Amino acid sequence: MNLSPTSNLALAVRTENVTRHYPMGESLIRAVDGVSISIEPGEFVALLGQSGSGKSTLLNLIAGLDRPTSGSVVVHGKDLAKMSSEELARYRRNDVGMVFQAFHLIPSMTITENVELPMRFAEVDRAERAQRSRESLERVGLGNRLEHRPSQLSGGEQQRVSLARALANRPSLLLADEPTGNLDTRTGEDILNLIRDVSLSLGMTVVMVTHERALAERFAQRFIFLADGKLVSEEVRA
Amino acid sequence: MTGYDLLELAVRNLRQSKLRNGLTTIGISVGVASLVAMLSLGVGLQQMATRRLAGSGLFDTVFVTSRQDFRGFDREDDAKTAHPEQSPVLDEAARTKITKLAIVTEVEPEIRVMGEVVSNGETHFGFVTGLPMSARENEAFDNLKGKFFSGNEADEAILLTDFAKELSPKDPAALIGQDITLRYGERQALPQEQSDRPQMTGGDNNASNDASDSFGFSVVRKLQTLRVVGLIDAEPYGGMRTVSRGRIFLPVGTTERLNMAQFTDMRSSLRGASGKSYMTLTVRVKDPAKVAAVQDAINQMGFRTFSVLDATKSLRRFFTVLDLFLGIFGSLALAVATLAIINTLVMAVLERRREIGVMKAIGASDQDVKKLFFTEAGAMGFLGGVLGILLGLAIGKAINFGTGIYLHRHQLPAEAVWSMPVWLVGAAIAFSIVVSLVAGLYPASRAARLDPVQTLKYE
Repeated sequence: MNLSPTSNLALAVRTENVTRHYPMGESLIRAVDGVSISIEPGEFVALLGQSGSGKSTLLNLIAGLDRPTSGSVVVHGKDLAKMSSEELARYRRNDVGMVFQAFHLIPSMTITENVELPMRFAEVDRAERAQRSRESLERVGLGNRLEHRPSQLSGGEQQRVSLARALANRPSLLLADEPTGNLDTRTGEDILNLIRDVSLSLGMTVVMVTHERALAERFAQRFIFLADGKLVSEEVRA
Repeated sequence: MTGYDLLELAVRNLRQSKLRNGLTTIGISVGVASLVAMLSLGVGLQQMATRRLAGSGLFDTVFVTSRQDFRGFDREDDAKTAHPEQSPVLDEAARTKITKLAIVTEVEPEIRVMGEVVSNGETHFGFVTGLPMSARENEAFDNLKGKFFSGNEADEAILLTDFAKELSPKDPAALIGQDITLRYGERQALPQEQSDRPQMTGGDNNASNDASDSFGFSVVRKLQTLRVVGLIDAEPYGGMRTVSRGRIFLPVGTTERLNMAQFTDMRSSLRGASGKSYMTLTVRVKDPAKVAAVQDAINQMGFRTFSVLDATKSLRRFFTVLDLFLGIFGSLALAVATLAIINTLVMAVLERRREIGVMKAIGASDQDVKKLFFTEAGAMGFLGGVLGILLGLAIGKAINFGTGIYLHRHQLPAEAVWSMPVWLVGAAIAFSIVVSLVAGLYPASRAARLDPVQTLKYE
């Protein structure tokens, strides 16, 4: 790869020879083992691979939830490996939105409160919080369910709430970890459609981890294949 | 996260497991209640003791006696100072000298004599004591029926209600404004010839002898009419001084003017040509803080002094130790409650692993998580503290009620042995919060250390 400094800064995400090793008993698990990838702003990229291929670990490294053993993860020109845990928290709060396979909504809170939670951490004032959570929920088509609790919603609806929460602080990067894994095919497609539409209208970069190649091919612009923690190949949608 | 959001989230989390957190909060409140009850008991007892002493009017008073008359309690002190026979006599000159001390407001002798009141042909025996005008400030006169003495030499009397009932069983209050006749012994100086002394030189023969009775005295029965001006239910000075043991109270100036003979006059009759002397002078000091200085000054004159200053010092030391012990025992329950807080919060951390991971993933910092658990601990501490104060108040009411019944059964006036001062309320709640926060240290840091990747793994 031959990237000039300017194009480096212009990249949304760049990993350089990044590794993440876990000790497990006597042996060492090389979950991510020297991966270098670049993602352009506004791109929709799918990370594909078998389970245990290291795709989720790579996503967590990009999300700043995990720190690399070596190498660097640079997002919008900032090296996450060099950030303090406080700075990483601020990065996750302001620059990243996450959607999970298991939705990870807080069951005791209404969906409005769930969506407001990241804004509480960002110290957004009350009035604006209410307005933005409503906007987010309307964007995902749940404007009429504001006071419901997650348990009263279907899986697809819960994933929409999760997406609305990810959008709350208006991040530039949306990271989705198997977002359709707990949903039936149709609902999964609906969610991915929604993610694509939202990212297009808000100009967000999307990185999605999935093992369903067929689904990824319908939505992502580029596919990165991982196996045993290593980059195997990259493909651009025809 | 802002403080308000933190509090809101903490309270909502606490309400998620009402039973567990409720029980822990009750645990804290029991701890706070026991601490508060114990300390309030200490405070109450101290107040009761201090009230007794203050009521005795002893705080601003120095008692002066001559070294000739009594042996002190402090033998060492006696050995160091001049031989008793060389020390001065407590006479009129000494009294004047003490009166001239800068911050002394009143110097009066203690006078207590036997007397009889003659009424309807019957005689009623009672001790007559002289009260200084300053006795008006004493709390026994707060419930005075009638008036206080109009002057230090007025021919007036105040009677103990019990004694008044003896004189007038039907309506003791009707005695106020009436005259009574008091029979007492007057100390009269002997003419020189009757003295036990050998023949004196000529100079002494011409000495004026009107007030002085240097050769001895006789006790002559006398009658005096007195106007009853008031009745009191309780003895003045809390019954703790010689002059409070009486049933008929006269202005001390009147008792002196009438030259009433006291038991203790026997002592001065044995002495040489010194004339009339006092057994005890009570010296009132303007400022209780200056008592020690006045004591020193009077000691310098060669007299023995006594004040309750030293007694109150050791009293205070005693109560400090008592409070300490009561506090330690009271704290035991709170220490147990602390363990309950740690237990509850560690459980909460385990239960909410996933939730903590989610919060971190969507932007909570380690500090945010730590503060959240701290706030939960603090909120339980605050609630426990407030409940504990209420519970402590109930316990205190019960203690006071119980001792009230006990005292009543023993014919003693009710007294509050338990008293919760305002500072203790504030201090107990603050202490409860601080203790809870300390208990929250470990669970909070454990929650903050949780690895979000581990907690969010799909299971």
